[in-house]
Amino acid sequence: MSDHKQEALAGESFCACSADPSRRALLAATAGLGAAAGIGAAVPFVASFTPSDRARAAGAPVEVDLSGLRPGEKLVVEWQGKPVWILRRTPEMLAGLKTLDDKLVDPGSSAAEQPAYVSGEARSIAGKEEFFVCVGICTHLGCSPSDKFATGADSGMGEGWKGGFLCPCHGSMFDLAGRVFKSMPAPTNLVIPPHTYLSDTRLLIGQDSKGA
Amino acid sequence: MLTAKELEDKGRQALAWVDERFPLSVLYKTHVSEYYAPKNFNFWYLFGSMALLVLVIQIVTGIFLVMHYKPDASLNAAGVPVAFASVEYIMREVPGGRFIRYMHSTGASMFFIVVYLHMFRGLLYGSYRKPRELVWLFGMAIFLCLMGEAFFGYLLPWGQMSGWGAQVIVNLFAAIPVIGPDLSVFIRGDFVVSDATLNRFFAFHVIAIPLVLLGLVTAHLIALHEVGSNNPDGVEIKERKDEQGIPLDGIPFHPYHVVKDVLGAVVLLIVFSIIVFFMPEGGGYFLEYNNFMPYDQLKTPPHIAPVWYFTPYYSMLRATTSSFLPFLWLLVALIVGLTWRGCSCVWIRRACLLVVAGAYWGFFGLTLFGFTKPPFDLAIAGIHLGLGLDAKFWGVVMMGGSVMLFALLPWLDRSPVRSIRYKGVLYKAILAVFVICFLILGYYGTQPPSPVGNVVSQICTILYLAYFGLMPWYSKLDKCKPVPERLTWK
Repeated sequence: MSDHKQEALAGESFCACSADPSRRALLAATAGLGAAAGIGAAVPFVASFTPSDRARAAGAPVEVDLSGLRPGEKLVVEWQGKPVWILRRTPEMLAGLKTLDDKLVDPGSSAAEQPAYVSGEARSIAGKEEFFVCVGICTHLGCSPSDKFATGADSGMGEGWKGGFLCPCHGSMFDLAGRVFKSMPAPTNLVIPPHTYLSDTRLLIGQDSKGA
Repeated sequence: MLTAKELEDKGRQALAWVDERFPLSVLYKTHVSEYYAPKNFNFWYLFGSMALLVLVIQIVTGIFLVMHYKPDASLNAAGVPVAFASVEYIMREVPGGRFIRYMHSTGASMFFIVVYLHMFRGLLYGSYRKPRELVWLFGMAIFLCLMGEAFFGYLLPWGQMSGWGAQVIVNLFAAIPVIGPDLSVFIRGDFVVSDATLNRFFAFHVIAIPLVLLGLVTAHLIALHEVGSNNPDGVEIKERKDEQGIPLDGIPFHPYHVVKDVLGAVVLLIVFSIIVFFMPEGGGYFLEYNNFMPYDQLKTPPHIAPVWYFTPYYSMLRATTSSFLPFLWLLVALIVGLTWRGCSCVWIRRACLLVVAGAYWGFFGLTLFGFTKPPFDLAIAGIHLGLGLDAKFWGVVMMGGSVMLFALLPWLDRSPVRSIRYKGVLYKAILAVFVICFLILGYYGTQPPSPVGNVVSQICTILYLAYFGLMPWYSKLDKCKPVPERLTWK
């Protein structure tokens, strides 16, 4: 090892006495250009990591027929590779939503990702409160919460449970309007996708409602 | 016919021919026949060579699996994802494929068992301490690569746990303020876990990370052989050498330690074979049952948990809720306070002040003064949300940070002795608590979330952090015993 060090030292002094400053500029320019070329060459490789044109083009709106959906039932459809839920809520379910304000992080959904034409504690389009449309992906780390529609102590979710969803991954709980309860890992309410009703029984997911 | 003597001469000539062109004999002597390792190596010193053996098993079985596996998420004629079907094909139709696949999946778990024990050896005998800091850091980098290998590899069978595990872990990156959401799309190469994700994870798993891993293993060994191995006494054997410059307490790696390591390898292979032949699924811990179903991106399985080797860190992620954060800040405050008291360096003291001021105003200040009513609570919440500094972000920091804390050990340990043999009761007790906490965290990580599990995990998380955070102080307080001048052995 010490031999190596001595060689290194000898090399250093050799460089110091014969250094030609005019070559330093050339060296710096070469290094600079080389670095620029390296960065330029990296561009296509980094770009190839972003979604391809095909992936970007995917995600056309999805039409759903609601005629077979009975109150208290949930339908799952795929939109942009994600599960979208359509829950037809019963009057009791809707009444339960009004009683939860103090247990929720954001009862008014002011920080939630949802279209402007969706409002109220039911988080639905005016006149269509019965139907709850949302992206069934937890806002924590992206698992799909499970249905917990049974109420009260029988649900296994506690005495006052009014029905909702439980994320199996980290235990976040949501009510029947996808609003997250306090002290849960999920920071915000479930996301509501753009959607519009083509008729009473035909729902289009992925397209905004007009005028509403 | 050549006589034995002539044959030997021929061999010598061939070796001389090579040695003039490549330092074969020199390398062999430096790293094998004349690498002097301490003579008192015990059981704990078997795991390094075992890790190397498992690495070889993983590479060889991996090469053969790639010959049949197809990284393709599209559906085949039967409506099953091609990747999932190709794994079933290996399991059911490729001759011997079942064993190769089980060897690879068992190897993954064995790798972590061996590496965790190898790291624990470091904690026992202070193997990370000067001058072995780089040995330790290369080791940490290897550990990170292994975690990457395990994570990327787990997506490949394209089962339910593959898909949802990747979904959760990639979404962790989305918690990083500002760039997070774009970063997670960048990692997936799509807006959801898809074929693009599967193909790039395949590339990482089979070539990118293994290349880095092999380089790091080489660096780990070169650094180790430069400074020499530590030993259960923590005594530097290089300080006492004979006339030839050979450490008095050292014995050549070959044949002495090689023979010992071969024994270890045989035992490892027996255990390995028992698992591969009789319990390849490891009771659902090595291969999770949910992963025998193809990935359905519309439905998360009712109970998802990572494979056992990630569960301690997964527990810490789950434990970090908004109500837990104040306790975390208290621990940080304690560490910063102690650093302030014990350190005379003006820059470190200024950094402490900055941390305290930031933490105070950001997290407690307004709350302590009773500003919990609107509009102050909203202002604080707004600042946190605006910066993205919510519990989710801190959970991610916790998970990544708690792995990385091991890398700081060489600088946190201020004990006058290296080995646990000469440390006092204090360190022994603290290390025991740390190991118990790690095991409890690992257990709860395999379980569904529960209120009790959450509180226990939170306590264990704090103790885990305290093991590292308070080490500079308790390692100095500890009453150590005198260290002998030479190794002790029987």
